[in-house]
Amino acid sequence: MTVADTGSANGDIAIPDEVARNVFIGNIAKLLDPLYNWSRRNSIWPVTFGLACCAIEMICTASSRYDLARFGMEVFRATPRQSDLMIISGTVTKKMVPVIVRLYNQMPEPRYVLSMGACASGGGPFKEGYNVVDGIDKFLPVDVYVPGCPPTPQALINGLIALQEKIDQQSIATAPWYRKDDPTAGMLPVPVLGPDLVDLRQLDIIRAKAADYEAQVTESAGVEAAAQA
Amino acid sequence: MYGFGIVKGLGVVINHFIGSYIDDLRWAGKGGRYYNEEAFNVRQSPLGEGVKTVFYPEEKLSTPERFRFVPFLVTDDPPPGQRWGHDWCTACGICVKVCPAQCIWIERAKQPNGRPKSQPEKFFIDIDMCMNCGLCAEFCPFDAIKMDHDYELASYDRSTAHIHDKERLSKPLSYWREISPKKAEAEDIARKWAEAAKTKKRDKDGEGREDRIAEVAARQLYYKGLYY
Amino acid sequence: MSDIILEPTADAPGPDVELTPAQEATAKLKELHPNVLSDDTREGYEGMIVYADSITEVAKTLRDDLGFNYLSSVTGVDLIEEGKMEVVYHFYSIDRGGGPVVLKAQVNRDEPVLPSLVSIFPGADFQEREAYDMYGFNFLGHPDLRRILTWDGFAGHPLRKDWKEPFFEEEFKPYGSRWPDGQVFRVEEKTPYGKNVQYPPGWAPTGEEYDIETDVYLGLTYSRDATPGLKTDKVTVNLGPQHPSTHGVFRMVVTLDGETIVDLKPVVGYLHRNHEKIGERNTFIMNMPYTDRLDYLSSMSNNLGYALAVEKLFDLTVPERAEWIRILMVELTRIANHLWALGFLLNDLGALQTPMLYYYLERELIVDFFEAASGSRMMCNYMRFSGVAYDLPDDVRGMPTMKFLEELIYNNLPRAIDQGDDLMTGNEIVRARAIGVGVLTPEDAIAMSTAGPVLRASGVPYDIRRAEPYSYYDHLDFDVAVRYNGDIYDRYLIRVDEMRQSLRILQQVLPYLKQTEGAPIFGDKPQYAQRAPRSGESYGRVENPKGELGYYVTAKRRSGNPERYHVRAPSFINLTALGPMAKGHKVADVVAILGSIDIVLGEVDR
Repeated sequence: MTVADTGSANGDIAIPDEVARNVFIGNIAKLLDPLYNWSRRNSIWPVTFGLACCAIEMICTASSRYDLARFGMEVFRATPRQSDLMIISGTVTKKMVPVIVRLYNQMPEPRYVLSMGACASGGGPFKEGYNVVDGIDKFLPVDVYVPGCPPTPQALINGLIALQEKIDQQSIATAPWYRKDDPTAGMLPVPVLGPDLVDLRQLDIIRAKAADYEAQVTESAGVEAAAQA
Repeated sequence: MYGFGIVKGLGVVINHFIGSYIDDLRWAGKGGRYYNEEAFNVRQSPLGEGVKTVFYPEEKLSTPERFRFVPFLVTDDPPPGQRWGHDWCTACGICVKVCPAQCIWIERAKQPNGRPKSQPEKFFIDIDMCMNCGLCAEFCPFDAIKMDHDYELASYDRSTAHIHDKERLSKPLSYWREISPKKAEAEDIARKWAEAAKTKKRDKDGEGREDRIAEVAARQLYYKGLYY
Repeated sequence: MSDIILEPTADAPGPDVELTPAQEATAKLKELHPNVLSDDTREGYEGMIVYADSITEVAKTLRDDLGFNYLSSVTGVDLIEEGKMEVVYHFYSIDRGGGPVVLKAQVNRDEPVLPSLVSIFPGADFQEREAYDMYGFNFLGHPDLRRILTWDGFAGHPLRKDWKEPFFEEEFKPYGSRWPDGQVFRVEEKTPYGKNVQYPPGWAPTGEEYDIETDVYLGLTYSRDATPGLKTDKVTVNLGPQHPSTHGVFRMVVTLDGETIVDLKPVVGYLHRNHEKIGERNTFIMNMPYTDRLDYLSSMSNNLGYALAVEKLFDLTVPERAEWIRILMVELTRIANHLWALGFLLNDLGALQTPMLYYYLERELIVDFFEAASGSRMMCNYMRFSGVAYDLPDDVRGMPTMKFLEELIYNNLPRAIDQGDDLMTGNEIVRARAIGVGVLTPEDAIAMSTAGPVLRASGVPYDIRRAEPYSYYDHLDFDVAVRYNGDIYDRYLIRVDEMRQSLRILQQVLPYLKQTEGAPIFGDKPQYAQRAPRSGESYGRVENPKGELGYYVTAKRRSGNPERYHVRAPSFINLTALGPMAKGHKVADVVAILGSIDIVLGEVDR
């Protein structure tokens, strides 16, 4: 008897020897994964999307001295619909973040986000600024962080290699983008600009805090009225 | 003549195209043009011709001495069996006071009687805020904080990897000497001068004041710019 | 330094020397408007305080009668202690050069209303909008007074001194929580929403505020065709903020009639990173690395402008070698910046990638030199008050520095510029797309306060290095590049000319660098916490590769932080001319016109 690792959720299945000799039994994903990942990791197309200072280093990385074409990444696409990777290259401001989330939503899966530089990762030196988002990971799932201000082209390539390594770890069998029944599952709510940036996932908290405040005001007004009476 | 401008431009492009092969041939007898350190250095200098690509990660551009990436703390070379030696940092807080992004946190150690001790208990740098400006290293009076040359810091998770604590930051003096030999040597000399100036002060009170000032000035000069 | 290489210049104003143009104009202005002008008598301040309602008349006299026809900078200042706010204007004379005439209009803090200058100086348009956005000044008569850097609906005017950001920790840096008991924290851990946000107390979203885009389209002219026959509608199209040809997160709202542009409004602020608010919390030295991130292609020039402003305020002198190194760095920056700008401009004109890649290869060498000298490729942080941070390095890429520079200045860069000339200048496609497109007349160029190559390509030979020389530029022999047609092609050519002039300057600087080897590179000992020795204001300006970069810095005596820190950003103000230049052209030309202005969003939005 052979115990085959099919990778299926039902667990291992016992298979008679005579069948095992003649029929392929095994993990198809394990066979296909290297091929699948090899082709994906060597053709990651980024969006033509520069935000700030880091974008200059990103362009330098793509130009002839560092030559991203060696990694199959030189095809910067101007539309998110043809690209696999979004390099958040620079400070994300509150005014810009709705656009970024919308672009991310338009990217087809599998999609990756690389946060380049201190600003994109955590706000950087501008973190305290009133118009700065303190880290794009508050709005998008980030795959690789590249520290530096700005990261040199070599540091960026190092990050891209890290992304390739991450892709190598993924498997068709568990890839989330094949498992979704709901087509809008990968869509993130686009934040809104009100008096300040509003994350729609936090609406309940915001409403609760506003209600708290109202209650406090009425309460203190009531106390005052009582004191006056 | 109409079209002449385009033809002239195409000539430039063809020149580049052919030039890249000519340079390949030139290096063919000398161990090849790629993955060859000598050829690589020429290729990256102003004398380089043809293809100038850096084949990172196989080839890496050397970082100059003054290169600055995220800071680290200098400690003495560790005694055998230990990872770190004595901290150079005295928790004086100058790096904190000059840091533009305010990304450094220092907790000063305390003596048993509660008095402050000139040593850091904890030391944090949030590299998500650090702007690699190098002011901390420039103004540190004890040569204790320096800018690192290690730029390969990509990570998958910033919550754990991006706040560097004292353990992560501390690196031995030998590392600093390795990445920045001339700077480290100049600092050694400057420190010796400062020591000498101190002993002189103890020897003759009041006398030799000018010498001392001149030496401190020379140290400043040496320290700040002339040699590294 | 034993021997002085340079003769001192004879521009030190003695008592018998005739008045500078600015002093002359000031005196005349006081004669003409005696009732509304008074000298600014605060310690360390210059210029005159104008009765706010009369600013238009005074400005008109300045422009028409006194020749001060260039409104360089308009900015607000919050004088919270006096309950006032003031608008500071810097006027310059294009014909006569020299220093500025500074006017200040003070208004009540609760009701900041004053007339707009847009009708006299169209270049005030964006700057007044910025002052409105940041301080809440109500400029009467401004045609389009909307928020510019933040968005419509934003709560408050952020640069007012009593406005606090969500991550507010303390009024001034350094923060007390960092030392001696610094326990690391992320600021978001301390805010109620875990993010850098705050809402007015009691505010809850209703759903209406989501429709924020309407304000953007308000300023556009839009009319139905009233003539009989086939009706065509005009279409409004957004270019950006994510667009490969907008050079960053820049957005243009364009009204089109077919392919022709009827109206164009730039929408900026997508990279507004609060440079000035942070700058007013910082100490003086802390702002130096932040200036790198303004125009991130030419950080050395930004450093120099800020250093000049603060040196003026602190009364510091710079040793000779440091000045030569500064000029070396700044001119190399100019070349690096123009190489970048031309690469992108040609890219926009359809020469996709090839010229760009060739130019960037040469730029990499300059960047290598910066890296060896300052430690970083782009964010140099190299200048210090009264000097530079380090001397030149021993070697660059394994080559002695002077040899490297000689190689660069005599060989590589001239070759690259000539090669670019061969490659593109005569190209018929480029010529067809660039000649006669996006014309800016000299009158408009001055009126709209454009600066740098945009101004000079329109036939106005105004270069701060000549008009109000700083550093050692008055000792150097170079021509102010000027072209006369004011179209895209001239703006392309002028950058090539300027690079050649920069090379000329660099060739003159090299011998001085050799002569001064070993000399000190800073005057006074640089300190980590420098305090202003006197209170006062200063305006330092340099000819950045993009145009006039000015820093307006004020400080109180013994204070370690600037009280007001304003950046007059050339790319931002040059954008005023984009709309008028693009009108009547096709959509495809807009991209090229924008490329020819050469903006950097870090500086536009700050």
